[in-house]
Amino acid sequence: MEHLELFFKSIFIDNMVFATFLGMCSYLAVSKKVATAVGLGAAVIFVLAVTVPLNWLLDQYILKEGALVWLGPEYAEYDLSFLSFILFIATIATMVQLVEIIVEKFSPSLYNSLGIFLPLIAVNCAILGGSLFMQSREIPSLGLALTYGVGSGIGWFLAILAIAAIREKIRYSSIPAPLRGLGITFIVTGLMAIGFMSFGGMLTGGEDAEQEEVPAIVQTVETKKETLEKEKEEAKEIVAENIKVNE
Amino acid sequence: MGLLSKKDAQLITDPFADNNPITIQVLGICSALAITAELKASIVMAVSVLFVMGLGNVVISLMRNIIPSKIRIIVQLVVVATLVIIVDQVLKAFAYDLSKTLGAFIGLIITNCIIMGRFEAFALANGPWRSFLDGIGNAVGYGVILIVVGFFRELLGSGTLFGFKVLGDPIEKTGLYAFGYENNGFMLLAPMALIVVGIIIWIQRSKNPALIED
Repeated sequence: MEHLELFFKSIFIDNMVFATFLGMCSYLAVSKKVATAVGLGAAVIFVLAVTVPLNWLLDQYILKEGALVWLGPEYAEYDLSFLSFILFIATIATMVQLVEIIVEKFSPSLYNSLGIFLPLIAVNCAILGGSLFMQSREIPSLGLALTYGVGSGIGWFLAILAIAAIREKIRYSSIPAPLRGLGITFIVTGLMAIGFMSFGGMLTGGEDAEQEEVPAIVQTVETKKETLEKEKEEAKEIVAENIKVNE
Repeated sequence: MGLLSKKDAQLITDPFADNNPITIQVLGICSALAITAELKASIVMAVSVLFVMGLGNVVISLMRNIIPSKIRIIVQLVVVATLVIIVDQVLKAFAYDLSKTLGAFIGLIITNCIIMGRFEAFALANGPWRSFLDGIGNAVGYGVILIVVGFFRELLGSGTLFGFKVLGDPIEKTGLYAFGYENNGFMLLAPMALIVVGIIIWIQRSKNPALIED
């Protein structure tokens, strides 16, 4: 159940592209054709599925405060979390390199179709973002980290597939010249993001998604009303006193 | 001749408008969209990128003759990651609240493609001084878009700038609010960032038709 919830959440609600804007550069640059978009999307799913669990292990057993306890009690106070950027990116770069070598060896045709995308993935912020969000959201187990990685990969895949399909069709529509190409892609992505926001209440039934800011504003309004009333009363008293003095 | 030769000055002015990293080169979009709900966060992000890019370009340019081309991506990533760790630690030490709001996005400077793009396209082929100018120029071009987007989103979204109320007091209905204006909370949400950038691109290209794509 936990897995299913996280899976759907990372695909729809916390969609990498529409909710956190990760991997936008390659999303915009490689989405002119559906076929290439599918290739890059598949590679992203795979790399996320491998690197998020790996980085989870690194985070749990090396980086976190007190994570080094397994070496011995004297290491309990070490906090290496400032090293996480460099370790995470090293894992990602290594994995991308490994994937490239393996794919080239065993499936040259896949390698040729993926070719240029593989190095692109190392600098796709969705990949590093996956690991960093995994760390900051404190995902509790290795299995869940895997689910999270696969889920966010699929979310990204869906997004790039959708925009590529739209862009293939949009070529035939009449768009104001200065908006053509990049401009309209941004705006369409914005509209898609609005659409994806409607998934927000999917798992909760919209119950705990209620805005927290409203009560705060109501409170400030109430306190202001109170102070206003107090001031009015004070003013009345002063007026009454003045009247007395005049009398 | 001034401090900069004409060619050097172009390195700074080009990315500012006609070759802007965000609106023309389509690089570094993620952070431009994610953290621009507040002007302050946008400015901090712009300054951080300025620092990382200026310095990173110099470092890579100094090392350009000794980096084997096979492992250059990893070398570049390590250089950027080191600079970003410095930025992150400085922010945590001096502006803890801000580093909380920026969250993972400071770390994502590492994968900001503007930085990698400039390393690949410029620093690996040019001397340190020119690389420095190129880095600064591109970072400024990036920062300007960030600040413009941040300005409009914060102003229209919460009626404030840097957290100060500028459109009047929404509760007592002073200033613009007295005329029935309401904060457009939608500006603070993710989709509007995309649409604002789309509009900026629209304006820029209608001013300069040479940039229109076919």
